[in-house]
Amino acid sequence: MAAGLGAKRLGKELSKISSSLPPGITLVSAENLEEWFLDIKVLDQNPIYAGETYRLKFKFSKSYPIEPPEVTFVKLSDRPIPMHPHIYSNGIICLDLLGSQGWSPVQNVESVCMSIQSMLTGNTKNERPPGDEEFVRANRLRPRDIDFYYHDNTV
Amino acid sequence: MDSDEDFQSTVSSDDDAMQDTDNDEMSGVEDFDAFDDEPDEEPDLGPNKIQRKRIAYDISFKVYSPTDIQAHQDEMMDEVNMILEMRKEDAAILLRHFRWNKERLMEDYMDKPSKVLEAAGLGSSTINPPRLEFIPGFTCDICYEDDDGLESFAMKCGHRYCVNCYRQYLTQKIREEGEAARIQCPSEGCGRIMDARSLDLLVTPDLADRYQELLNRTYVEDKEILKWCPAPDCENAIECAIKKKDLDKVVPTVACRCGHRFCFGCILNDHQPAPCELVKRWLKKCADDSETANWISANTKECPKCNSTIEKNGGCNHMTCRKCKHEFCWMCMGLWSEHGTSWYNCNRFEEKSGTDARDAQAKSRVSLERYLHYYNRYANHEQSARLDKDIYTKTEKKMVQLQTASGMSWIEVQYLNAASQALQTCRQTLKWTYAFAFYLARNNLTEIFEDNQKDLELSVEALSEMFEKPIAELSDPKLKVDIMDKTSYCNKRRVILLEDTAENLANGRWTFNVDLKSLAPVSSGRK
Ligand SMILES: [Zn+2]
Ligand SMILES: [Zn+2]
Ligand SMILES: [Zn+2]
Ligand SMILES: [Zn+2]
Ligand SMILES: [Zn+2]
Ligand SMILES: [Zn+2]
Repeated sequence: MAAGLGAKRLGKELSKISSSLPPGITLVSAENLEEWFLDIKVLDQNPIYAGETYRLKFKFSKSYPIEPPEVTFVKLSDRPIPMHPHIYSNGIICLDLLGSQGWSPVQNVESVCMSIQSMLTGNTKNERPPGDEEFVRANRLRPRDIDFYYHDNTV
Repeated sequence: MDSDEDFQSTVSSDDDAMQDTDNDEMSGVEDFDAFDDEPDEEPDLGPNKIQRKRIAYDISFKVYSPTDIQAHQDEMMDEVNMILEMRKEDAAILLRHFRWNKERLMEDYMDKPSKVLEAAGLGSSTINPPRLEFIPGFTCDICYEDDDGLESFAMKCGHRYCVNCYRQYLTQKIREEGEAARIQCPSEGCGRIMDARSLDLLVTPDLADRYQELLNRTYVEDKEILKWCPAPDCENAIECAIKKKDLDKVVPTVACRCGHRFCFGCILNDHQPAPCELVKRWLKKCADDSETANWISANTKECPKCNSTIEKNGGCNHMTCRKCKHEFCWMCMGLWSEHGTSWYNCNRFEEKSGTDARDAQAKSRVSLERYLHYYNRYANHEQSARLDKDIYTKTEKKMVQLQTASGMSWIEVQYLNAASQALQTCRQTLKWTYAFAFYLARNNLTEIFEDNQKDLELSVEALSEMFEKPIAELSDPKLKVDIMDKTSYCNKRRVILLEDTAENLANGRWTFNVDLKSLAPVSSGRK
């Protein structure tokens, strides 16, 4: 259970996003202060993502927002994992703002969703990261413990 | 003590020429009060410089305690603070930003002060000291708290957060992420660097201590001429001016005041006479068994009928499985009977390729045997040194027993200590001569090297045998003289060998069958 700093902050974030969220982002569930689910859509006509909805899972540690949340895509029958050179087929996202180096505690659930949304919007490559298959097979680390090499921040 | 490899004991023997110079070096440190700041200049070697250059394998270095390291940082901060008229905290941040290159800092700052300050995270600095404040109507952007009386803090960038959030943020950075010199403002994209005075205001004293400790480390880690002594629990740093590009010419062994002798180039235990690159390759070779695996795959195959492993050891391709008596051709794995009349040639392959394959197999076997020759000798000395790990206690016990048995005084039994020291140091050297020899290509100098190696090897084994004699025999005054003679002989032989190898290395007279220029990365960190 998130306590202290995180609890109050998450409570306030929740009341804000329950009433309003930017277009293409919807709150699916936030039953506790540990795990939230949100859906995102890519709004422009990017053919890679047209007509699809993707499900994001947020996991918060006790130290949130000092520590970044763990954010991954989850796969459901109607929620695929988006194709992107920084998104592995198991839903793990390689994005510097989700690592301790790139994270700032003034970021929040809404701003993270928007960053991911724009990361998809700007993408033109219908492909997985190099070594996806092997990574998905071998990785047992939690996303925050993976030392991603942010090779190309323009994607 | 760490179980990695052999640590040498602090006590040095008087007959050992090399350890003598080390001691001079170490005791000399107290006489120099300042570091050498100019990274590109020859280090200040003190008055003994010329005399020391005499020994080719000896290298100049200084040992610094944590207090020395702190003092030198303070000194540089004071200097920058005076010349550039800025707060000491800001001077510290600037120095760290320039990786302690004071000259470059001064130059760049004189040129474009605001640009330098901005880049170092000190943009638009004012003179006001940092303080905690109550701001009416303030909401913290991290915890979203807006209570009246919420204490808050902002660095010069103006990004304000409550004290509690700041404290948690800094704790996370320092404790969990081990950061110190480059902790940025929590605001997204703000490059403002946390300074020591603001930090003191926000965190508990023990966290501030940890922060200082980490900062001290960055000082050593930022300077190429400084390295931590890798001995467990040792907090000293060594200064040595050796450049990475020279590591194919010299093996820079340094000795810390704690007694640990290590290579300044690669931080591994003393590995003279072998250069760092050879050591790196050798250790890798020993670690992965690929060589052996290659040989096995080149020289064994499975019988096509019963699958038992068959080793080929002659040149003939006609194989007969020992287990099931199946006859087949090594080259094509086909039935031998189908080869018709060309009994000793597989006509399904060109003759030449068959010969090549045979040659390759023969070469592979010779190369394995060669490797094993050196490896066994290397491993033997390593193991002896490992067994001697508690040699100091063992020797001491022996010395006490000998005093009782012979009536000699503590001073009079010191020769045993000197012998045990010599054994350890010489074995360490011998061990690496085998790795060295493995990569050495024959030329007119290798014979001298091999003679030196043999001499040292024989004298070390002889000394070792005497040293292991029972106490009753050790009390014989004749044996004492022999041991003392042999000890000094061993030390002398070691010096001769090291001098010879180091001099030829420095002058590029050795030919190695690998490229020494693909240098190993020099790591300076400790965890
Ligand atoms: Zn706060
Ligand atoms: Zn800031
Ligand atoms: Zn040490
Ligand atoms: Zn080395
Ligand atoms: Zn068989
Ligand atoms: Zn054949």
